[in-house]
Parts: sequence; structure tokens; C-alpha cells
Amino acid sequence: MVAMSAGIDLENVTCDFGPFRAVDAANVSIKPGEFFSFLGPSGCGKTTILRMISGFIEPTAGSIRIGGKDMRGQRPNQRPTALIFQNLALFPLMPIWENIAFGLEVRGVDKATRRKTAEDLLALVDLPDAADKMVSQLSGGQKQRVAIARALAVEPQVMLLDEPLSALDLKLRQHMRAELRAIQKRTGVTFIYITHDQGEALAMSDRVGVMSQGRIQQIADPRDIYNSPINGFVASFVGENNIFTGKVENPSQGMASFSTPHGTFRARLGDVGSGGVQARLYVRPEHTLLMAAPGPENSIPVTVAEVSFEGNFVAVHAVSDSGAKLMAEVRNDGSATLPAVGDRMHMAFDAGRAAILPDAATKG
Amino acid sequence: MRDLIRRYGTGLSTIICLLTAFWLVMLVIVPNMTLFEQSFRPYLPVAEIGGPRDVYSLSNYGKVLEGSVERSLFGIGFTIPVRVLTFTLTIWYSIVVTVICFLLAYPLAYYMAKIANPRALPTLILLLFVPLWVSEVLRAFAWWIILALKGPLNSLLLFIGAIEKPVRWIADYDAVMIGLVYTYVLFMIFPIYNAISSLDRNQIEAAEDLGAPWWRIHWRIVLPHAKPGIASGSVIVFMLSAGSLLVPSVLKSPNSQWFTETINETFNDALDWNTASAYAFLLLILCTLFVTLAMWVFRVKLSDIAK
Ligand SMILES: Nc1ncnc2c1ncn2[C@@H]1O[C@H](COP(=O)(O)OP(=O)(O)OP(=O)(O)O)[C@@H](O)[C@H]1O
Ligand SMILES: [Mg+2]
Repeated sequence: MVAMSAGIDLENVTCDFGPFRAVDAANVSIKPGEFFSFLGPSGCGKTTILRMISGFIEPTAGSIRIGGKDMRGQRPNQRPTALIFQNLALFPLMPIWENIAFGLEVRGVDKATRRKTAEDLLALVDLPDAADKMVSQLSGGQKQRVAIARALAVEPQVMLLDEPLSALDLKLRQHMRAELRAIQKRTGVTFIYITHDQGEALAMSDRVGVMSQGRIQQIADPRDIYNSPINGFVASFVGENNIFTGKVENPSQGMASFSTPHGTFRARLGDVGSGGVQARLYVRPEHTLLMAAPGPENSIPVTVAEVSFEGNFVAVHAVSDSGAKLMAEVRNDGSATLPAVGDRMHMAFDAGRAAILPDAATKG
Repeated sequence: MRDLIRRYGTGLSTIICLLTAFWLVMLVIVPNMTLFEQSFRPYLPVAEIGGPRDVYSLSNYGKVLEGSVERSLFGIGFTIPVRVLTFTLTIWYSIVVTVICFLLAYPLAYYMAKIANPRALPTLILLLFVPLWVSEVLRAFAWWIILALKGPLNSLLLFIGAIEKPVRWIADYDAVMIGLVYTYVLFMIFPIYNAISSLDRNQIEAAEDLGAPWWRIHWRIVLPHAKPGIASGSVIVFMLSAGSLLVPSVLKSPNSQWFTETINETFNDALDWNTASAYAFLLLILCTLFVTLAMWVFRVKLSDIAK
């Protein structure tokens, strides 16, 4: 079951629906065998990108290459891709094995071989004995696997998955994440995965493309997406932040001072362009330290407003003397005594952990 | 029942129930039972009704076997009772009408359900219904005029050069079939349209994505999904065609005879209500048997059709 996998190149791919631009000049090179995710909020154009790659929509401009071959004018049934739909779109009137073997039936494979392949694939997705059941007899997670098997049956070079786990409950979703990742590793097929769930994207992908309003904001591996977001949109879509608005002062060697009504802080300087550009300072709650005495740098005196227990960590919400709302996450490992509501404390952060970033790249 | 009373109150509920019962008993059961009973009694002068010769028998039903004609099919000659021949041809041409209706209706229904712009759909449906505003008699005569030897259809075809001399459309059963298809095709379109509308578009796309060409998408995905709609459309069109009297009488040719015409002649010309009733029930029973058989062959369940 080792299929060939192909890389995919999007070059300035744009899609307009009438006057509305759903995807704006997307550029990305996805490597053969890579697990690549598009992550973004609802309506940002993820499905549209996937439908262009699979051939259901022609791009208004730009070109799509799969395995180096330009796909313009190729219908979905001529492309080496297999799409897994958000609602799976299994065929309810066929038994499971015919569902899985449908792609082979189309290719004129004889019945015995089809049946054998279907059973092999059912074993691969860990669902033996389901061959003769009907779709309605399966649970959500089992249907999920059948959909994957059906797509794998045509030995696609690229698998396209449109939020395939969104209909499942939390436990099953986490299980299927691992399962999908394992299947991808086993088959070596290029996976393009769409999700609006940042946890899913970060946990499964080799690289993630974060999208907003039709634009790809950043393409990087999960660590870099989380640790070095390129702009405010990526920082706030992927994870929590304490955010300050202010002005950049004396930038040098990638660092700058940032003057805000709540004090002047040192932080890494992102690509904010030259003078007068709106920028904000972002620092993660888990990088915000809670201390009894003022810290050496970037320290703010606060009053604790709320302490909420989240299980593996404790979220401490506080208000600074100047009125800023801040949050710090304290690990629940017994190493620190937890503050009480009303306590006077200090919150501080490392200059290296904070970043001054521009807002999202938008159209134009 | 309790639901009905809660919603409309006791008084109104009683009236609704009585009206329904009246409709069923007086307008459906009683007349049919009367005819059914008559069909087993001989046709007698008024004076003898109720007399010693007025006994139940199957002899009226036996009359379909009287009088033979010679026919040949595939070069093999045979004799066949004339009414059995009429009956067989009625069934056969009703099947042909049903098949033609299906062939016309399926692409149109698919277009309406999956391709047409949803905003244009109400207009499209309205256009389909326009012919229904005209009475069936007028429509049948309209076709009779259109299909006449020196009628507009032949003129048009001659004008554009599609034919060299006028075609005799009203020959054999041709005009009857054209008229029946025109009259009943809508009863095929709407059940199929309903069935296809409920098909998830993603299934069509999934099949295409897996490499299926358009005809296989229809054969494996759309047609099986539309089967209940096709079945109910076919049953309706077949039964209406076989039972139609007006279209076959208006658009008849010298050598077309519909079984309903035979029944009608027996009722009205021969005034033999007993034999006519027997023929009518034969038509009903045999058509029902035929439909049941067809449903069994195509593995359609009654509950599918009722959907
Ligand atoms: N056929 C269409 N005609 C007009 N507008 C469309 C069409 N398809 C999508 N859009 C618009 O394009 C934008 C992007 O849609 P898309 O389906 O790609 O979003 P998405 O990122 O997949 O969102 P979700 O997470 O909700 O599925 C949306 O604003 C949507 O309204
Ligand atoms: Mg989507």
C-alpha cells in the first residue's frame, strides 16, 4: 500500500465569487509526503482552496501544479487527488466494501480484486468485518475511517481533508488525530488538511498555513507558528495573549522599546514596517510570570481579580494599577503557592518572550 | 383522532370525519361495489331483472375471449381474441408511454434539481404547469390539429427541410402515444425531481472525485437514489395511460383501439353495463397485477413509493 505522493504548488492562486474575493493570491509549495494544514476561522477561504486543488472550482487567476503538472482545465476525475468531504459523503445505498471499491469499479478492476482491496484497506483503517455492513450501521468514527479508506483506494498522490473530524466528539477526535497521522506516515501520501481547530493543526501537521479573509498570513512549522507568529492575527488565532497597544521606540538589533499607557516594555520587534504603523505587543499567558516582588524587566504591579482552576494549570486574571487586564498561567505542579483574589502582586515577562507585531495582512 | 379533536374541537372533528366517510362510502365504495356486483349478472331486458335467469356467473368476464383476429409477430402468424389483443396493445403502449415519459422526465428533473439556478426554478416550474391550465380535451384536440397531415408540424418540418413529404402522424398508435406522453409527463417529472432534490450534492462530487464519468455517476449514485421517485412516477403514468379514454379517442387512427374505448363502447353504445363493468374490473385487476409484478422485478417496495 505504498502510493506515490506528489508535491503541490500554488502560485498566486486567486478565487473570486462575483465581486467577492474568497482567496487572494495564495502562494505555497507543499512537499511530497508532507502533512500540511490550512488553519483559519470560518469563511476565510479554506474550503475554496481545497476545492480549487481538487478541481471543482477553477482559480480566477494563478496556477495550481500537482507533481509539477499544471492542473488548469483538468476535471476532478482526472486529478491524482482524493477529497474527503466535511460530511464524508459516503454512498448510503452501497455496502461498505462497494463504497471503498467505488474508485476501482470506475477504473474497471474486476470484482474479486475490488473486494480484496476493500478488505485490505478496512484492515489498514482498523475496521475489519465491516465490509458487508451498510453505512447507516456505522458510528461516526467508523464512517470517518471508511471515508479515508475509500479515498486511499484510488491510490491518490494527494489526500485533501476538509475538517473531517469536526463532527466527532472530543475523545474520538483526539483518537482520530493520532490515527490519521499514523495512516499518513504509513502510506506516505501528501495530506492537505483543513481545520479551524488550532490544537488539531499544531498537533498533526508538518507545516501549517494560517489564513484570514482569503489571505495566507503565515506558513511555518507548528512551533514557529506558535512561538514566532508573524502578525497579530496569527498570534491571537493560535493561542492566548496579553496584548498592549503603544508606540515603537529606538529599535535596534531586532529589539525595541514599546511605550504604552501601562509602562514602557522591551520586546522583540516583528516586521512592523517603518514609522507610524499600528502595532501591538503580544505575550503569552504562560510566559507571563506572577511574582510577589517586581521583576528585573517588563514588570507591572497588579491586583488579582480572579483565580480559575483549569486542571493542568491555574489561570490568574489580574488588573494593573493603570487598568490593563492581564492573565498569567501558573502550572498546577505544586511548585508555587497560588494567589488569592485581591492580592497585590507583580506580573512580568522576558523581553525575548514578547513580540511587537503588526496587525493582520489584509487585502490590497 | 385525539389530535384531531384537540385541534378542531368535537363538533368540527365530527363533521370532518363524516364528510370523509361520506366521500369514501357514497362516492367510492358504493358505486364500485354496485358495478362489481353487476359485472357478475347477465345483461337482461328490464322485465327479466330479478327473474329466474338473473343469476351470478363469470360469463361476462368470459366475453373478452370471444371473436378472434389473425395477427403475425416476427413472421409468426397466430389468432388471438380481439379484446385480448386490444388489452395487450393497451398495456404495451402504456409501457412505451411510461418509458418515453421517464426518458424525457429524468434529464429535466435532474436539471431542475441539481443544475438550474434555484432562483430561476419557480419560473421553470410555473412554465411546466401552464399547459395544465388548459383542459385536457382542448389539449388533445390541439395535438390533433398539430399532427394533422396538412397541420403545422408537417408544414414546419417541410419548411426546414427535415422531411420531404408530409408524415402521417395520426397512424397506428403514434398520435395516441404522443398525446399521452404530453398529458402525463408531468406526473413523472415531479416525483423524480423530489427524489433527486434530496440527494446530497457532495455525493455526486465525491463520485466524480473518485474518477467516475458522468454516466456512471448517474447509474450508480443518482438513479438508485431516485428509484422511489421513478417508481411512483411510473406507476402513476402507467395507470393513467392505461385508464385514459379521452386522449385515445381524440387522437385515434383507423387502426388504434384502446381498451377503455372498448369498455366505453360497451357501456354507451351497447348499453351492456354488466359486460362493461366486467371489462373495467378486468382492466383494473390486470393493471394492478402488472404493476405489482413490475415492482417485484425492479425490487421496489410500496413504502418507497409512498415516501
Ligand atoms: N459558491 C460561492 N459563491 C459565493 N460565495 C462563496 C461561494 N463559496 C464560498 N463563498 C464565500 O467564500 C468565502 C470562503 O468560503 P469557504 O467555504 O472557503 O470558507 P471556509 O474557510 O471553508 O469556512 P468554514 O470553516 O466555515 O467551512 C465565504 O465568505 C463564502 O461566503
Ligand atoms: Mg469549509
